[in-house]
Amino acid sequence: MWKTVLRRIMIMIPEVIILSLLVFLLAKAMPGDPFTGSINPKSDPAQLHHLMEMNGLYDPWYQQYWNWVVHLFHGNLGNSYQYQEPVTRLIGSRAVNTIWLALLTTVLTYCFALPMGMFAAKHEGKLPDNIVRIYTYVTYSIPFFVVLVIGIWIFGYVLGWFPTTGSVSATANPGLPTAGSHLYHILLPSILGALFGTVNVVQYLRSEVIDAKRSDYVRTARSKGVPEKDIYKHHIFRNSLLPIAAFAGYSITGLLNGSIFTETVFSYPGMGLLFINSINYRDYTVITALVLIYGILNLLGTLLSDIILSIVDPRIRIE
Amino acid sequence: METTSDFLNIKDVNTAFKINGKYYDAISHINLTVHHDEILAIVGESGCGKSTLATTIMGLHDPSETKISGEIDFEGTNLLKLDEAGYNKFRGAKIGMIFQDPLSALNPLKRIEDQISEVMTYHTKLTAEQKHDRVLELLKEVGIVDPKRTAHQFPHQLSGGMRQRVIIAIAIACKPDLIIADEPTTALDVTIQAQILDVLRKIQSENHAGIILITHDLGVVAETADRVAVMYAGQIVEEGSVEQIFNTPKHPYTRSLLRSMPQRDNQNDDLYVIQGNVPSLQKMSKIGDRFAPRIPWVKPEEHEENPTMHEIEPGHEVRCTCYKNFSFPDQVGSVKA
Repeated sequence: MWKTVLRRIMIMIPEVIILSLLVFLLAKAMPGDPFTGSINPKSDPAQLHHLMEMNGLYDPWYQQYWNWVVHLFHGNLGNSYQYQEPVTRLIGSRAVNTIWLALLTTVLTYCFALPMGMFAAKHEGKLPDNIVRIYTYVTYSIPFFVVLVIGIWIFGYVLGWFPTTGSVSATANPGLPTAGSHLYHILLPSILGALFGTVNVVQYLRSEVIDAKRSDYVRTARSKGVPEKDIYKHHIFRNSLLPIAAFAGYSITGLLNGSIFTETVFSYPGMGLLFINSINYRDYTVITALVLIYGILNLLGTLLSDIILSIVDPRIRIE
Repeated sequence: METTSDFLNIKDVNTAFKINGKYYDAISHINLTVHHDEILAIVGESGCGKSTLATTIMGLHDPSETKISGEIDFEGTNLLKLDEAGYNKFRGAKIGMIFQDPLSALNPLKRIEDQISEVMTYHTKLTAEQKHDRVLELLKEVGIVDPKRTAHQFPHQLSGGMRQRVIIAIAIACKPDLIIADEPTTALDVTIQAQILDVLRKIQSENHAGIILITHDLGVVAETADRVAVMYAGQIVEEGSVEQIFNTPKHPYTRSLLRSMPQRDNQNDDLYVIQGNVPSLQKMSKIGDRFAPRIPWVKPEEHEENPTMHEIEPGHEVRCTCYKNFSFPDQVGSVKA
């Protein structure tokens, strides 16, 4: 098991290096320089020239890349132009919000999707199956931002059950009430995300269970005289969860990247909203840092998926 | 042979599958008996209903997609009258089944030990420790060299032959009276085939079990079986002892099958080929001899209108009367004279 994980991590190292190189070169390819906007427009061009030289911006690109990487390892991603704050601190405060939102959404998604998929597959071709199928098609075909806008309108404005902006109430007392307020703020976007993000898990699970039901090893189990209930418990369910488990890693990081819609509609101060704002303000340091983080998150997602898979599936362990 | 009582009586069994809302017979009017200490081989080409018969006996068909009639009398119980829970008392305990494809018949996520002991969990009161010992004993019995190691392994770590041995171990774990082996050697190479057949024979003589051996390999039949039932298009067309079937085959289909086997003393380059195809379920004619379209040179009046089984000598039965004057077209002259 550990061998598999270790090998997987080793493979990740060159991936990260290539990713960082790409991100760095793309950032370099962007027009403009970091100083023109922040110094007096009437100042001497020679002074700007001096600043560029001082900051090593005339060095060859590999020298600059090396410096950037060294800074990266010191946790120094530069300053945001928009917020005049170190990028690390800025992203750090936003990341916590996004992670909580993604976690709750993931948990709720599986809570809705697993029973639905099992139920549909058990009653394949019958009424419950058709209802679940229609449900997944409908939720899949409605654009998610439409769902968010309608959801926020019904539950936020008309019914007034949930807050519509922010991540925490300004008047909440520190401690437990603050945590409660945080939860209260992510509840609506998470529920909406989970209700409308079930299609992958439900359809995967449904088709896996249906395949497993007809598989030879289930027939073997039947010929052993194992009751149907236990066949589902011991043979079908676990085997059908394999692709879902493999998918879990991706889906968690996918949610971290994909929260841009949710955070924009709910004005929720997470990484997605920060990303959109930074693009609007051409806040290059933040954009570069976020692109790098999103890239690494995706790599981590595949790593996580592979680790989960090697835990549940003995066939891909290296002995 | 101490007991020759027939303990499995299949009487007039039909199994029909639902295709586009209509039922079509996959096997029709099957009558068979199996005795203790005997290997009954069922032979026939692909699609003739051999495996359907096996899964019908095991009750492995989805009742919403199949219609089964007739009677399967097993040690005094009509299996077809049982509900799911009742059937589960027989499956695994009194009837064991060995499947065709050892590569897919084992659960890929469970250790061999768990897969073998599972059958004992439902049919015996053994403790975990006793089950563990029994698993090792079984693995040894089916010829696994290092039972301890194998018990701890997963199916993908074993070869095809070893997996088939594991499946046999599962089938015999509770010492069943009847073992149904559905093409147990088809997926294996010839040397392993012989070993697997040896294992089957050994188990049979130890447990006094009856074995139904389903195969399309006539070599395996000649080597292993005591009695043979030849199936064509869902019907039994000839039944008899191995000697009767191989030495004095009667039915045109049996004769065609035997003739299409490569033989050492036959210097002909061409093998005999049976004309045409097995009809699909939907196209199967309800009346007349089902094999008639494939021996078109036989005149219609030589077939029975509704072919039945005729006993021609004790234990040797053949369907239809067309066998009486049957000869192959290239041999017409020599036989008629």
